[in-house]
Amino acid sequence: MSTFWIAVIGSSALAFVIKFVGASVPETFLSNPRILRINTLIPVALLTALIAVNTFADKTKLVLDNRALGIVAAIALLIAKAPFPVVVVGAAITSGVAYRYI
Amino acid sequence: MSVKRDSFSVSITVGAYGSAFGAAAVAADFSVLQACLLSLLLFSGASQFAVVGVIAAGGTPINAIATSTLLGTRNGLYGLRLAPLLKLRGWKRVVAAQITIDESIGVALAQKDEAQMRKGFWYTGFGVFIFWNLFTLAGALGAQSIGNPSAWGLDAAVPAAFLGLLWPRLSDRKSWVLAGFAILLALSLTPFVPAGIPIISCTALAIIIGWRK
Repeated sequence: MSTFWIAVIGSSALAFVIKFVGASVPETFLSNPRILRINTLIPVALLTALIAVNTFADKTKLVLDNRALGIVAAIALLIAKAPFPVVVVGAAITSGVAYRYI
Repeated sequence: MSVKRDSFSVSITVGAYGSAFGAAAVAADFSVLQACLLSLLLFSGASQFAVVGVIAAGGTPINAIATSTLLGTRNGLYGLRLAPLLKLRGWKRVVAAQITIDESIGVALAQKDEAQMRKGFWYTGFGVFIFWNLFTLAGALGAQSIGNPSAWGLDAAVPAAFLGLLWPRLSDRKSWVLAGFAILLALSLTPFVPAGIPIISCTALAIIIGWRK
């Protein structure tokens, strides 16, 4: 089975298990404040790491390329309170133009 | 009336964003079918982008699954919160579990009474599911037809999408500090460990920073 299929099937199966367990166990379980706090921070840590790696890494090399300009555009658009799709499209256009000229 | 309107506007706006996912997945060499299956079966935006992002960065499938699953743990906690309210039994529990995501919970929790909360959950869950999947297909087919993804900036669309998901979570000082350390740790590990490991390693930072009040 290819890398892609393993990733698709494995992640989908586990995602459902988590959702289903959440809908099935008693509420008092896991309501410890420390676990709740860590749970809200995990997406922050992982999303930030994903941004950093998908912008500045090429496999195991650190690079500075057209994607960095795309992210700068995305930050500017978010500060200007642009809606979600505008942020993504703005970053893509900026990065695409930069790819053509540098 | 207003719960219907809330659900619909959230569904269409968030759903449209599925086109960015479809395009990003195809740009990372997933097939159109695989992109659509992720939206149908995984159905959790951040986790779906994580699968694509980790594989695009050269990570192993195990790494992609682990990162995606850690991002999905919050859906389990949403379920804990909502299950007593929804009074789920049998197949209804299966369906409700699948559509337990940020948006369905967000709209439900914004309502005033229990009946409205239940409506908000079901309308938004189904609405986002329908639009997200339709737009995923559109985005995937679009990206498939345009050739070199870098020339269209699709390689930057993935981190920009993550940034859009991260932005509203940077609500306090703790989150900003964590984000800063996560950038440092992920990038400083990148040249030394296999791709994908730098991302998942940042979970440790969340545990360290979240441990104390």
